[in-house]
Amino acid sequence: MSATVPPSSDEPPAILLEHVNKWYGSIHVLRDVNLSVGRSERVVVCGPSGSGKSTMIRCINRLEAHQEGRIVVDGTELTDDLRSLDTIRREVGMVFQNFNLFPHLTILENCTLAPIWVRKMPKAEAEALAMDYLIRVRIPEQANKYPGQLSGGQQQRVAIARALCMRPKIMLFDEPTSALDPEMIKEVLDTMVGLAETGMTMVCVTHEMGFARQVADRVVFMDRGEIVESGTPAEMFGNPQTDRLKLFLSQILRGH
Amino acid sequence: MSAAAGDPRLAGARRAPRRRMRLSWSDPKLRTIVWQVVILGVLAAIVCYLAANTSRNLSARHIATGFGFLAQPASIPIGETLLSWTPSVDTYGRAMLIGVLNTLKVAVVGVVLATIWGTLIGIGRLSGNWLIARLTAIYVETLRDVPVLLQLLFWYTLLNALPGPRQAFHPLPGVFLSNRGIKIPLLEWQPSHIWVLLAAVVGVVLTLLWRARAARRQAMSGTRPAVWPIGLLLIAVFPVAVWAALGAPFALDVPALRGFNFRGGGTITPEYAALTLGLVVYTASYIAEIVRSGIQAVPHGQWEAAAALGLHRGFVLRHVVLPQALRVIVPPMTSQYLNLIKNSSLAIAIGYQDIVSITGTMLNQTGQSIESIALVMVVYLVFSLSISAFMNWYNAHIALVER
Repeated sequence: MSATVPPSSDEPPAILLEHVNKWYGSIHVLRDVNLSVGRSERVVVCGPSGSGKSTMIRCINRLEAHQEGRIVVDGTELTDDLRSLDTIRREVGMVFQNFNLFPHLTILENCTLAPIWVRKMPKAEAEALAMDYLIRVRIPEQANKYPGQLSGGQQQRVAIARALCMRPKIMLFDEPTSALDPEMIKEVLDTMVGLAETGMTMVCVTHEMGFARQVADRVVFMDRGEIVESGTPAEMFGNPQTDRLKLFLSQILRGH
Repeated sequence: MSAAAGDPRLAGARRAPRRRMRLSWSDPKLRTIVWQVVILGVLAAIVCYLAANTSRNLSARHIATGFGFLAQPASIPIGETLLSWTPSVDTYGRAMLIGVLNTLKVAVVGVVLATIWGTLIGIGRLSGNWLIARLTAIYVETLRDVPVLLQLLFWYTLLNALPGPRQAFHPLPGVFLSNRGIKIPLLEWQPSHIWVLLAAVVGVVLTLLWRARAARRQAMSGTRPAVWPIGLLLIAVFPVAVWAALGAPFALDVPALRGFNFRGGGTITPEYAALTLGLVVYTASYIAEIVRSGIQAVPHGQWEAAAALGLHRGFVLRHVVLPQALRVIVPPMTSQYLNLIKNSSLAIAIGYQDIVSITGTMLNQTGQSIESIALVMVVYLVFSLSISAFMNWYNAHIALVER
């Protein structure tokens, strides 16, 4: 059932999950999850709430620790060793549902904090880099404002720029548009489409099926902690195999 | 109008109409005005009555008003003083000044120690270590539930239950714990020590300069030169080296038992120790809760976002979480500082001569009750307003820009 598509080339995958299991107390939240994401591959993860999709993506940069199985990111296995954690967090950027910008720092400072202190980048260089990315997410004019002065869509675009300033090889998106008003969803999705076109490896938890169709190489459907079905967007939406996916699709498409 | 003319939001806008007040009880504007006039009138009447009554009573008892008594010699025995004091020679004014200084001595030391101790306890309650979290929780839950007066009496009784000078505890060389207080050795001042002090000041200044340079270097090259090892060298090692180079001039005034009591050294009286200790231990339990709730008020997402960027926990606490927590911490912290200062007036219960205690004696001796109480109120008001002013300034300084 837990079908995964192997990476197309011979090079090692960007992300590899093998037989990953995780429990919260007695609740089994990830059940034997196997997933391999190739370089420049774009994977959309969907599923009903409580299906473990956020937990899985948060295990990839170890905001949550898995208890069984193996997770290898960019050739480094995730263990309790703090050095492997440092290595992986430098290479993996993450965007959250609630943006999580630092409210006491300006937009520019939000973007330069980690490059300066983690990447040891000179301030001028970090600021130039941050401005580059703020231009790419189309809000350079907000650089000296504070997050509280921006709309939700603008804050999420800053959050994307902030993550990109670390020059990550992999980007994780945890429901990036779920906390946004409808009129702001498009501006964030457009930014993500633009990022996908640069060849970034992306894993995105989202219910935006239009985005999945447009961008995803592969869609992974999770339910009750396991990967139930995966395939290209056309296969998944056009010809769902399992009853659980059919039910899920009928529920989310009803709203659209 | 010229600036407004360019604003597109004002195009076609007109001024809001002024509401006219009606002479009717159902008009809210009229009602507010009438109520304010009534309240002010009642207040003024009460003040007039009290003032007239007081002056009539004072003249009936032939009590002169005014603050002239402050210049008269006072025969108050004062046990603990930062200024020289000769009863029956020095004035009531000087006695009050000594009281103010005694209160300040408790307040300043108390506020600093309570902040440090309370912060440690508060962070301890958030610790992942089961034992530390439980112990600090028990500390907070017990100490803030026992009245502070009772706690002061407890500490005072405890300190007085220490053995007499002859059987004093002797935990460290030169330190004696007895029912006469805590005796500590004092460093004897020598003229060459000024150079050591100067070296320490120079060390601090150089460290600050070095830190600024480290920040500039980091901005330029990305790598930050180590600050603390150099700082330690400049602030601690450098003055010691100067001291050694001067031939290590050093003499201690060590307390020693002579007959029934100690001679020499410095003394921390049981009264002062009990009052300060009691207030610190009590207030710290409140400060601990303020610090804990402040840190917890910062959303968990902030920790996660910072961790996902590769920042380490200690850095995140200092640069991301604490700056946000302080906004929540500072206003209630101000209240705790004010409470500590006001609670120090309980000194009278354990015989520490603070401003209230000394003024109480002065009131008894002179009969100038209104003036004495008024002076004490002014003193506390000045303390409290200064603390409030400073904390409000600090709060505005760290306030978050929003919208």
